Amino acid sequence: MSNVDLIEMKIPAKAEYVGVIRLTLSGIANRIGFSYEEIEDIKVAISEAITNSITHGGVKEGEGEITISFGVYEDRLEVMVADDGESFQLNEVKSKIGPYKKSESMEDLREGGFGLFLIEVLMDKVQINNGLDGVTVLMTKYLNGVGVDLDDDQVSSQS
Amino acid sequence: MELNIDIVEERNKSVVRLSGEIDVYTAPQLKEKLLPLTKMTGNEVEVDMEFVSYMDSTGLGVFISALKSSNENSSKLKMINLSDRVYRVFNITGLHEIMDLERINKVER
Repeated sequence: MSNVDLIEMKIPAKAEYVGVIRLTLSGIANRIGFSYEEIEDIKVAISEAITNSITHGGVKEGEGEITISFGVYEDRLEVMVADDGESFQLNEVKSKIGPYKKSESMEDLREGGFGLFLIEVLMDKVQINNGLDGVTVLMTKYLNGVGVDLDDDQVSSQS
Repeated sequence: MELNIDIVEERNKSVVRLSGEIDVYTAPQLKEKLLPLTKMTGNEVEVDMEFVSYMDSTGLGVFISALKSSNENSSKLKMINLSDRVYRVFNITGLHEIMDLERINKVER
């Protein structure tokens, strides 16, 4: 029932490798049977998670490693992005994310902070583990949206 | 995984043609080329995104800085020929409300 194939990759925490992971993801997600649109959505979510690791403290750019594991199930894809850097203030970050609201003035407009929001919107389930030895983001996308309520789109967190 | 940036300068207008992917690797290159154009008072900056195959929040960050800069310097910023994919990222984040975006013309062939 819970037959899973695991594929794991490690990349240096460098910006130029994020595209390589997107290519790999395309192949894996296509193999599971996701549509073109869904694959493009998952690409964005995974890139955002890796970008976070590279740019937001997690690891120092160029130092450290990021591990990406793909759990291939019959009905879903699970992707885990883990870095070996320092933890970040999840609650502080979470309070700053969300879509742009018309009430915000142009001066206050953030140039970042949309990454985590995009992950939440584009994936069915997101879990963030913020430990002493790094940050782990676990994202799940179901085939044809099985098994998820619309209201279930939320980030749970553990420290 | 590259982003090609071609800039054509016309009178009071800069046309920026992009092709490739906008991500954490290429966004800084785009920012470096795009921002100076928005700092020219009265300049009209048109970014043609027809051949952008991928964009994530790092691209949004660049366009937000460019928009702020164009507001401060009385220039104009417009993105044209957005594919459904690229438009989706602006749309989900609500940024389509404040940005001048023109989606690609979907003519039946």
